[in-house]
This record gives sequence, structure tokens and C-alpha cells, in this order.
Amino acid sequence: MNWTSINERTEELQRRATHVRRRSRNLWRRLALLGAVLGPGLITSNVDNDAGGISTYSLAGAQFGYALLWSLIPMTIALYVTEEMCARMAVVTGKGLSDLIREEFGFRPTFFVMVAGFLVDLGNVVAEFAGVASAVQIFGISRYIAVPLAALVVWVLVLRGTYRQVEKIFLALCSFYLAYAFSAFLAKPDWLDAARHTVIPSLQFNSNYLLMVTALVGTTIAPWQFFYMQASFVEKRIGPRQYSQARADVIAGSVSCMVIVFFIIVCTAATLYASGHRNIVDAADAARALVPLAGRWAGLLFAFGLLNASLFAASILPLSTAHVICEGLGFEAGIDRKFKEAPIFYWLYTILIVVGGGLILIPRAPLWRILVLSQVANGIWLPIVLIFMILLINRRDLMGSQVNSPTFNVVAWVTSVAMIALTLVLIYFGLFHPSAATGGL
Amino acid sequence: MLHATEVLGGEAYDAQGNFVGRVSELFIEPADQPNRVARYLLGRGKYLPLLARYDQISSVAPGVIKLNVEEGDLEHFHSNEAWLAMRKDLLDQQIIDTRGRKVVRVNDVDLAEQRTNGTVELRITDVDVGLPGAARRLLQGLASPAFIRRIQEKLPARTIRWEFVNLIEPDPLRRVKLRITHDKLESMHPADLADIMEELSPAERQAIIASLDEQTAAEALAELDSRLTSQIVEKMAPDKAADIIEEMEPDKAADLLANLSPQASQDVIGELPGEEAREVETLLSFDQHSAGGLMTTDFVYVGETATRAEVIEWVRGREEINPEQLDTIFVIDGNAKFSGDIAVGRLLMARDDEPLAQLKSQPLVSVAPDAREKEVFALFDKYNLRTLAVVDASGRPIGAITVDDVITHLRASL
Repeated sequence: MNWTSINERTEELQRRATHVRRRSRNLWRRLALLGAVLGPGLITSNVDNDAGGISTYSLAGAQFGYALLWSLIPMTIALYVTEEMCARMAVVTGKGLSDLIREEFGFRPTFFVMVAGFLVDLGNVVAEFAGVASAVQIFGISRYIAVPLAALVVWVLVLRGTYRQVEKIFLALCSFYLAYAFSAFLAKPDWLDAARHTVIPSLQFNSNYLLMVTALVGTTIAPWQFFYMQASFVEKRIGPRQYSQARADVIAGSVSCMVIVFFIIVCTAATLYASGHRNIVDAADAARALVPLAGRWAGLLFAFGLLNASLFAASILPLSTAHVICEGLGFEAGIDRKFKEAPIFYWLYTILIVVGGGLILIPRAPLWRILVLSQVANGIWLPIVLIFMILLINRRDLMGSQVNSPTFNVVAWVTSVAMIALTLVLIYFGLFHPSAATGGL
Repeated sequence: MLHATEVLGGEAYDAQGNFVGRVSELFIEPADQPNRVARYLLGRGKYLPLLARYDQISSVAPGVIKLNVEEGDLEHFHSNEAWLAMRKDLLDQQIIDTRGRKVVRVNDVDLAEQRTNGTVELRITDVDVGLPGAARRLLQGLASPAFIRRIQEKLPARTIRWEFVNLIEPDPLRRVKLRITHDKLESMHPADLADIMEELSPAERQAIIASLDEQTAAEALAELDSRLTSQIVEKMAPDKAADIIEEMEPDKAADLLANLSPQASQDVIGELPGEEAREVETLLSFDQHSAGGLMTTDFVYVGETATRAEVIEWVRGREEINPEQLDTIFVIDGNAKFSGDIAVGRLLMARDDEPLAQLKSQPLVSVAPDAREKEVFALFDKYNLRTLAVVDASGRPIGAITVDDVITHLRASL
């Protein structure tokens, strides 16, 4: 009997394990890691360019030309600063934002944050379905067919669990908004003028201008992004080792978002503002901004992009809201659970979609009022969430050595105070002069 | 029965009927009694807060506490890490439900009154994690206690008995002071333990692994998400990590080490005893998606001329055999070449004097270490295997792939 040791046999194979194999494995692994981490930042930035976003940005360009471009750089910084705090909290504490708020501030504050969040997101969902309605209007399809269909598609998509695959498709289709970049080039704007306006602020002190600035900020920096982003990073189990990749994702997201916004504003400024179509009211008007690129196909291009973005946002927002509320208040949540196991989660999700879509279908629904009220709720919600976030991120017992540096704190506080001031402006107008609140969809 | 939310914030009056302060915190002394409210913290606005002991309370009602001593007899507040604070450490925090095997968040705490010679002691009976507790927390102070009680009766209750509650405390010193032990966790199935750990924060996961015995820690780590496992192991001292990894099966250990940073991986392997280190390095040298990467080096092989009786005798004599390895036994011929495998069922049904050669499954199936995963999975499916032998170029068995690893890898690619 030859009982030669198995280990000796395998030493031969061990010798054949080449260094090359190990090294190439590392490179692939690093790329795969980046790919696995990328996502939350890009997604939130792309959902920024949804129905409400496009309307606001188009309006900004059409009404004021290049005058609002200066706000893009501060907004990018603000976006990065706030989102990076969420990424850092996710990496260090491994908990979602609503969990942290509950553990550190108690049940009642959490409850009110959740209620405000629900109302704001309801308004956002209404806006998404409004986007669907205006997109199909360009195709000539009635909203009464399209909206219920869209609601059904979104509802089934998420519940069948195919959401992850579809997310990638949505994300890819979001590249359609590059059409605005092409259109901007084809409209031959005065690039020097645009560049000058991006760097040098040209402030006007009339109510319309201030409102537009507020609306721009409000549509770009929304609290649901913070909850969603932190929860996504926690779910991806980002550890301290992958923190730099997470930060890269946040930077990529903020910058790409603002780049698209830049092109939308320049495009509409060069086409609509220049030609005198300064008071656009609906999607068809915004589509006209694409005529230099696409000619008569401008409408279709725009409609398709809008439809994609609206469906994307309509899939993400209700799901994320239901998740955040359930986790903050301690209810079972998750689409991997059955209805009976997580009833509140499924009910919240369904209500958001049904009511959101339903409101669009009511013939003379006070949509305007609803959207304005949701902006007001957002105005109340945003400062509270921001303050909670800054308080949490400065807690040494939570964050250890990863608390904010003094510089970061200064930037964070300045950002928050500025945003609070602007949203107070919006609340004032929203409550007392609702007809003046033109932007802010 | 009282609830913590009804007691907290209540007004305290001394034996003369003078107002002393508001109850702002309840303390339990686990070293003394695991469920009794030992101290009541009474806040007095800008004055220093006072502490009332459990034997100084004459009656407790929602919103009102009556003491049986005078204000002057109460001691001043001094904090103590060995005390469990209701509001700070329990309410709104996550705890482990060892019976339901999940992590839940505490909404409220149920207290039972116990009367003993003129004093009233409050003891924790349950932890409320459902809607009634949530409703109480929301409405406390805003509505009258009677109204709140009426509302909560309509809501479905969800409570966990205090003896099934496992507190989560990242600080090891405080864990000792609070007498937090995790023996209930050790009797849980490792997969349930892993599920629980996935819901905790990194510091809490670290704390739990540190307090489990090595065998349980190894089993839990084997079931945990690989990203979390690498984070946990990298934060541990290499020798402690090596102790745990030693208890794991070689293929699981290799998977874990493969996911660590190269430096951490080297450090840990350096702490492993020689034989384990060699086994693991062998497995690590294979591509993770090949047969070599799936296999484990822990398997049982016996000569084919042995009889059933001899095999059973031999197996019983070996102490370090894991019963799960006996699911399929490999058989080798005179040249130590792989000649077949025997399922434990056939061994069971055979007669004592039957030589193993007659019990082999047909046909002879094996793979080379560099075979791709897809080929391995296909073989499992085609021949309904539970274990597949991995043989080297000369036909000698070097490893075994078990069906549970196949399932794990198949799910990961879904």
C-alpha cells in the first residue's frame, strides 16, 4: 500500500500557481470592487434629473439665460459635502440614517421626521407620475392609460424582485440626457459668456430670481437622497477599506449631476431664452430646446428621456421611503419578505404609488397646490435632517476618529444655514404667495 | 403592570408629600439582581439630581411616584458604568431576541410591581417591540395615561421576555460589568447567529465574535456574508483570528483568507500551526472559481480491500473526524489512486464482511483541480452527487467538493 501524503502531491500544483494569476486576480478584483461600490452616488444624481428636475432647470435657463449658472459650483460642493457625510456614517457605524436618528434622538423626533418624509415623498411621487403624463402627452397617448400602466409596471417590477437588473437598465438609459449636451453644442451658445456666468455670480434681488435659486437648490439637494445613499452603502457592506471607492462614487455622482444641469441650462438659455420663449409651461416647450439637435425628433427624444427618468424615480422613491420609515419605526421591511410578514412596509409602498398616480388622474386635482405644499414640507424636513446629520457626524462616541474636521464642519454648517435660509424663503412664498411659486416642481 | 414610559417623566413626592423631582432615568444593577429597578434618578432642574433606591419607594403609579423617606435621605447622583440605564441603554436600542433569533428595537419596557414590607419594587418582565410601545412613546406627555391605555389595547402586542433578551454592548469592560453573557447565542444555529450579526453595526459584530467561544465563532463566520467576515477578521489580532480559523473547515478558511487584504492574510496564516497553514495555502493557490477553489482537503479515504466492519472500527477510533465528512467516503486502490466513492447509505445497508470495492457508486466521477465551476455544477446535477472527488494528474484524490458549497456558489451567481 502506498499511502503517500496528499499534501506532497499537491505541492506540485502549488508550484504551478503562478504569480501572474495572483496579480491579474488583484486587478480584476479592484475593478470589480469599484463596480460593486459605484451606484448610490450615480443613482441619486441621476434621479435628480427627473421630471421635477428637468422642469426646474429648463425654466431656469429659459427665464434667466445664463444668470443662474454661478449657483452650480456651490451646489456641487454642497451636494458633495452632505452626501459624503452620509457615506462616512455608513462606513463607520454600519447603520442607516433613520436608525441613527432613532438611537440617538429618540422615538418622537424620528416619528416626525418619518411623517414629514412620507408627505414630501408623496409629493415627489406625484411629480414623477406627472412627468410620465407629460412625456406620453408628446406621443399623443392619454394620461388615463399611461399613468395606471406606469404605476402597475413600477409596482410589479419592484415586487417581482427584478428591480436590481432593471436599475442597471434605467441607469444606462439615463445617458439620454446627454442629448442636452449635444443640443447645447449645436445651438452654438456663447461659451465664453456661459463660462463667465458660471464663475462670477450675477445676483438679482427680485422674488422670481430668489425663488428660482431656492427651487434649484431644493430640487437638487433632497433629504431622501441622504437616507437612500446611507442605506445603500450599508447594504453594500462598505467597510473602511472601500471608503475611498465610496467617496469616488459620491464625487462622480455630484459632478455628473451638475454637468448635466449645466448643459440643460445652457441649452435652454441658448434656444428658448434667446428666441424669446421665456415662459415655458409644459414638457413640449422644454422639448423645443432640443430642436437644434434633433429637429422634429426633439420631442420624441425629450419624451423618452423624461419617461425613463420618471419611471426610474417612481421605482426608487416609494421603495426607499417605505424602507426608511419602517426601519426608523422598527417595523419589518424588505421586498424579500412576504406581505404577511411586513404588512406596514407593503402598505406604505402601495399607498405611495396608488395615491401618487391617482392624484394625477383626478381631472381638476389641485396639483399645483399639492406640489407647492410638498415643497413646503421639504423645506421643513431638509433643515431638520441636515442638523441631525451634522450633530451625528460630530459625535465622537459614534464616529470615533472619523468626526468632521473643523474645516469640514465650517463648510457643512455654512451649507446648511444657506439651505435653511433659502428653504425658509420658499416656505414663505409657498404658504403666502403660492401663485408666485412657479418653479419647484 | 406598568410601563417604563409611564414611570419616566413621572413626579416624585417624598414621605411628607413634598415634590422632589421628576423621574428622568431608571437604573438596573445586573451584578446585584438582573431585572430589578435598583435606582431612580430624580431630576431637579438646576439642582443636582438625586437617586432613590428601590427600598425607598412606597408606591408607583403612572406619572406619580411616592417615596417613603424624606428628601434629605436621598443620595446624590453618581454615575456608575455597572448600571444599566433604561433610557440610554435600552429604549430605542437594538437587542437580540434569542428565542425569535433576530435583532429588534426596543420601544418600551414592561415592569411588574412587587410589594415587599411596605415598599414597591419594579421588575422588568418583558421588552415591548410592537405597536403598543410605539404608541405609548409617541403620546407620552401629550395625552392622559388613561387615554393611552385605551388606545394600546386595540393594537397587536409584540413583546419579548426579559430572559430572552441579549443586550448588545461593544465595550468589553462594560459587558463584564453588566454581566452580559452570550451563552444563549452559542446554542443557536450558526446561520441564525450570522443573520443576527448582519443586522448589527461593525463594533457590535466585533464584540459578539470576541465574546463567543472559538468553535461557535468559526461556525458563525463561515455562514456570514464574506464582506463582513473580512472586515471582522481584519480588525482582530492575527493570533486570535488564527485560533478561530483553525476551528473552521479548510475550504471555508481558505475562502475567508482569500477575501482579506494580502498583508492581513499573510499575518493570519503565519499564526496558524504548520499543517493547517499548508492546507490552507494549498487551497488558496487555486483559482476561486475552479474545482480547486471549491474543494476542501478534509475528506475520508480508505483502501478498497477493507471490509465494512474494518472501516467502521477505524472511523470510530479516529477522534478528529467530523461526522459530516462521512457522508461520502473515497476509496483508493493499491497505488493510492482514486477508485470510487461510497455513499453512507450503501455502507449502512452492506454486510459486515463486504469489501468496499463492491460498494462503489457507478460510474467513476472525478474532476481535475483546474476544472471550471460550471463543469463541476453540471456534474453534480447530472449524477445527483453529494460529494465530488478532485484528483491530481496521477489520479490521486486531493480534495472533495460538497453539495453545500455548490449551493452557496450557485446562489451567489443568481
